[in-house]
Amino acid sequence: MALALAAEGPIWPLGVYFVLVVVLAAGILAFSYVLGQRHRQQATDVPYESGMTPTGGARLRFPVDFYLVAMFFVIFDLESVFLFVWAVAVRELGWAGYVEVLIFMAVLLAALAYLWRSGALDWRASGSKPAPDKERGQ
Amino acid sequence: MSQTTFYILLIVVLLAALLTMAAGLIFLERRLLALWQERYGPNRVGPFGLLQVLADIIKLLTKEDWVPRFADRPVFVIAPAIILVATMLSFAVVPFAPGLCVADLNIGLLFFLAMSSLSVYAVALAGWSSNNKYALLGSMRAIGQMVSYEVFMGLSLMGVVAMTGSFRLSDIVAAQERMWFVFPQFAGFAIFFIAGLAETRRLPFDLPEAENELVAGYHTEYSGMKFALFFLGEYVGITLISALIVTLFFGGWYGPWLPPVAWFIIKTLIFISSFILLRGSLLRPRYDQLMAFGWKIMLPLSLVNLAAAGAAVLLKDH
Repeated sequence: MALALAAEGPIWPLGVYFVLVVVLAAGILAFSYVLGQRHRQQATDVPYESGMTPTGGARLRFPVDFYLVAMFFVIFDLESVFLFVWAVAVRELGWAGYVEVLIFMAVLLAALAYLWRSGALDWRASGSKPAPDKERGQ
Repeated sequence: MSQTTFYILLIVVLLAALLTMAAGLIFLERRLLALWQERYGPNRVGPFGLLQVLADIIKLLTKEDWVPRFADRPVFVIAPAIILVATMLSFAVVPFAPGLCVADLNIGLLFFLAMSSLSVYAVALAGWSSNNKYALLGSMRAIGQMVSYEVFMGLSLMGVVAMTGSFRLSDIVAAQERMWFVFPQFAGFAIFFIAGLAETRRLPFDLPEAENELVAGYHTEYSGMKFALFFLGEYVGITLISALIVTLFFGGWYGPWLPPVAWFIIKTLIFISSFILLRGSLLRPRYDQLMAFGWKIMLPLSLVNLAAAGAAVLLKDH
């Protein structure tokens, strides 16, 4: 299998297409900049918060769960890339490769099971993590 | 016709078709939703309300092109452009008929996955640069959701890759001449469809812009054509996911009697309509349910599906 980036036809159309798409997006933005109206009123420069006067900026602290999800994504997406490589060469690698991939997947699933059990996949409102059911009943 | 003219023509036609498609989908969606909800939908401008889209475009173009003072100006302007560029670029690798493809890359499927990941940036940057609480909350939800569903979106397609032995989309279509991959890879299809819904942030996965709690989520502060670019990106995204479902699972251009391109378009339109029907019929889940569904059910399921597909391929060959 060739390692280089190869297309059935020539590769330059991709470049032309990319340039044209960027030009299109820039053109739409420029066009509306020229055609658009302008106005200034009392509340123009206030962030929209359903008509309330905003208190404080939007640089808030938000739940750490989002950060956790980002970490899981890096871990699992990176691991899935190894599976991509295997998938394209299943036939060449045969059963030996298959068993190795099964072990790899088992490790992946074990990591997922660990995250599941430790409660990392359960989404709760911040600051209101309830105690496990057993303890709550007592 | 020389090769150069052929490709230039193809690119221009593709761009025009995509823009028409995205604009037409807004009309189609409103009419279909109206049909299913027993009302008329837009029917005032032009015959059957067909010119409604044109009227909308003129309106959006003359709306104020507003960049809030409190926003991060360059990022705020670039964000909506990213989503359009990323989704439109993916179409470069989609084969519409034999030989009818802008660039039939040998890594076509990886190219699509890479480009669809890029649209996360648009949402993240839009929400952050708006400096608005609703926008921030919406974009945080969107990032969490898109990133989670992306993990198994790629994995769900690997069953198809294992059966074909290639990332090239035209090879994958050619391998389906006898049997569509939806039959041996139904689980893969179902997982990809659900992940595609989440990636395009369509109902039932439209929590990032849930109107009744977050106003409009990450595009709360956007107006005029920048606001429209997000929708253009969304509708091109729906077309893209539908086109890929057709390419990967429903035999792409194959079909009797009609020319290949016609079959491709018909099949794609069927899936686009199903996207709209889903919007008209399903409820929005809670955010914790959405995340739990992705990580606890879909991810293990896609791994099991891939393992089964690999075993099936090897059993057939050896």
